[in-house]
Amino acid sequence: MPFLRLEDLSKRFGATLAVDHVSLALERGEILALLGPSGSGKTTTLRLLAGFEVPDSGRVLVEQDDVTAVAPVARRFGMVFQHYALFPHLDVGQNVAFGLESLGVGGEELSQRVARALTLVDLAGFERRRIGQLSGGQQQRVALARALAPEPRVLLLDEPLSNLDPALRERTRREIRELIRRVGITSVFVTHEQEEAFDLGDRVAVLRGGRLEQVGTPEDLYATPATEFVAEFVGRSSSIPVTVLGPGDRGLRIAVEGVEWQLTDGASSSAPAGPATMVVRPEALRLLDPAPGSINGVITQRRFTGSASLYTVVTDGGASLEVSGPPRAVSPGQRTGILPSRRAGGGIHLFPAPKE
Amino acid sequence: MKRDTRANVAAGLLLLFLAWLVLYPLLLVLIEGFRGPDGWTFDFVRQFFRRRNEAQALWGSLWISVATVVLAGGIGVPLAFLFWRYDFPGRRTLGGLVALPAVLPPLVGVIAFLFLYGESGFTSLLVQWLFGLDEPPWRLQGAAAILLVHAYSMYVYFYLFTRAGLSSLDASVFEAAASLGAGRGRTLRRVVLPLLYPSLGGGALLTFMTALASFSAPYIFGGGFRVMPTQIVATRLNGDDQLAMVETASLTLLALLALWLLRGVRSPNEQGGGRKGVPPALVPIRSRTARMLVAVLGWGLALVLLLPHLTLLLVSFVPVGTWTTEPFPPAYTWRNYLTLIQDPVRARPLLNSLWLATAATAVAVAVALLAGILTVRSRVRTGGAIQSLLTLPWAVPGTVFAIALATAFSVHAPLAGRFILVGTLWILPLAYLVRDLPLTGRAVLAGLRGLDPSLDEAAATLGAGWWRTLRRVTLPLLRPALVAGASLAFVTAFGDFVTSIMLYTYDTRPISLEILSSLRQSDVGVAAAYGVVLMAVSALVFAVGAEQGSTG
Repeated sequence: MPFLRLEDLSKRFGATLAVDHVSLALERGEILALLGPSGSGKTTTLRLLAGFEVPDSGRVLVEQDDVTAVAPVARRFGMVFQHYALFPHLDVGQNVAFGLESLGVGGEELSQRVARALTLVDLAGFERRRIGQLSGGQQQRVALARALAPEPRVLLLDEPLSNLDPALRERTRREIRELIRRVGITSVFVTHEQEEAFDLGDRVAVLRGGRLEQVGTPEDLYATPATEFVAEFVGRSSSIPVTVLGPGDRGLRIAVEGVEWQLTDGASSSAPAGPATMVVRPEALRLLDPAPGSINGVITQRRFTGSASLYTVVTDGGASLEVSGPPRAVSPGQRTGILPSRRAGGGIHLFPAPKE
Repeated sequence: MKRDTRANVAAGLLLLFLAWLVLYPLLLVLIEGFRGPDGWTFDFVRQFFRRRNEAQALWGSLWISVATVVLAGGIGVPLAFLFWRYDFPGRRTLGGLVALPAVLPPLVGVIAFLFLYGESGFTSLLVQWLFGLDEPPWRLQGAAAILLVHAYSMYVYFYLFTRAGLSSLDASVFEAAASLGAGRGRTLRRVVLPLLYPSLGGGALLTFMTALASFSAPYIFGGGFRVMPTQIVATRLNGDDQLAMVETASLTLLALLALWLLRGVRSPNEQGGGRKGVPPALVPIRSRTARMLVAVLGWGLALVLLLPHLTLLLVSFVPVGTWTTEPFPPAYTWRNYLTLIQDPVRARPLLNSLWLATAATAVAVAVALLAGILTVRSRVRTGGAIQSLLTLPWAVPGTVFAIALATAFSVHAPLAGRFILVGTLWILPLAYLVRDLPLTGRAVLAGLRGLDPSLDEAAATLGAGWWRTLRRVTLPLLRPALVAGASLAFVTAFGDFVTSIMLYTYDTRPISLEILSSLRQSDVGVAAAYGVVLMAVSALVFAVGAEQGSTG
């Protein structure tokens, strides 16, 4: 039985449907990432969960309790805000104590639990520090300690890393993951960065325009994206219009820029025969000298990434494809041919072309 | 949801209260102007348009206000530029003195000018004595006298608005202009001034509205020269109540028209969002002659700014009836101050003003806080109306409100929301409250808008209820705004003259009225002593407000 359930949640702001019939379920202790570009409804979904917004329809259930109409406090959810929302006039200890005092905790127990929460985030002894004296990373941990101190049932995090500089992000991400694991709290966090979602989330829900596009483990999303949007949003990829011809003897046959390819190795397709969009990962293509059967184009960019380089090729048909190749295979300005790599490994996905 | 319903009910009640206190009296005045003994009539409107002095008073109000804007801008703007751009000896000290006129309540400023530049004031007696004249060399009367007082007391608005506007400009703006080859003149014309328009507009609007509503200066110095606020009081003293209402309506329309014409301008702190630029480095004045010139001008200016305060202080030590024709008073005494404390009749106005201003301020802060929380936080549907009613008294001259309240609350009709309050204890605090609402309202609204709403939400997720969130989070963070609004409100109510003169009773007579009556009895010493008290309390409250505002 799921621990936390969102059932068919919808929320409209004026003319825009910010959240459009979203349903999700989390097991106890699971971490779910809400991933999407800005305007996708991920923050609104989180605020519906927190109780700051009331859904127009749908329900939120925790352990069979319907909390849809329950005030934020009574849900016993902890929240870490994007800009932390630490009370600037209270010190670290008073901030962390704030939620405990609401529960009537006082005296010796209060200071013990504040100390425990601060120890949890590695800030033991920071009680009397002013908020203004803390670094961004420390403020973030105080916000976590404050949210966790009252021992909430669910932890909500709104873009927890967006306020940190990039160098700190990866470390903080790891720390948050370890902390959540250690506490074992069911968590939902919002992010617009795929790397963050993959690294921190057990499962990732991809939202777009208020709709849930797909929910699954990072591996699922990468290997079998359910929609063209997910395929393009998750991981590096580029797309090119193709025509699906049908199954062939060695794999799916498609026509692309006047040549025919047979996709031998595990291409996923939800497209019937006819016009389609092929979304392809850089490592699922290879570069070679123009040859019969290859599509051809001009290298416009080369980005060195270490073990390989990413080449941007503008094809003769006008599509722009990213192809992974040996670091110094070709130089910008040169002509090149492209073929699917022999081991595309699920890096090619076909989706029906959008209807005009 | 339950929370929303409760907020909406509270907002409805607040709206009703504000409409009753602010809008209703104004509407009654408008209506009463059209009511004769036998029903509806246009007689009074016709009278208003037929009498020449009405048009003259209206015109007088208008041109005095425009001229005040020009004068105050002419002094305040260059001064702001000087302090912003140049370094010269005494810059810091002078910078502190420049805002001095702000601590003089209107009536106190006027009597200080009277003692200083009036026919029997220091300067004219000094000139008379130096040149052996029989007559005073000038008379401090009419439009020129009014403009002199206005320029002195209102250039501060332009100065402060321009300073605020300039301080929000970043040095990079000038560096960019310079790198693009713009000279100093072109940078000023094409870059600085356009960026300053909102500030200058804000200063102009505030100056215009203050000048239009100005009562003390025309009342004391006007003589035969009438502006609308003094005309209204005169008409009312003649017993032509209905005509006074038509006059009141005309002044209201003029004020609202001005507000509408200048509606596009916003004060810089409203649009700037508090971001502060890195100011360009000060330019030291190097040339010897220029330094001398600036120093002389600067200290001359400081003297001019300080003279009214010093005069007041000096005169407050003059025993009654001892100072007649000498350039300086021949005798000095502490007695005036002792009288204020020891004589119960004389001490009464001081106590009155204290409790009246305190009560009005406390209620104004509470109403503003409630309005702020309902409109900014709960975002109730009636929010726009509540905020408009809260700021309306700012646009309407004090005289108008005095007449409006006197009209609304001189009739016993509880069902129509009218009670006899005129002549009771209650009318003055109510009048002060109306005048204070826009001041506290502005401060609280701006303060609340500046608070991150997620702080409230954070408190809510941590289990704090409405009351605890208010007490532990909102109020402490809002303290600078509350203190700033409250100090402004207190000073305004404490020094009020314009509404008091029409609504006071003997038991509630405030300091300003006592100053006036002491002056009439030629007891200049006591009048000045009261003035010094007003000045000192205002300065103290402002200082506390500034201190709290910066550290809170």
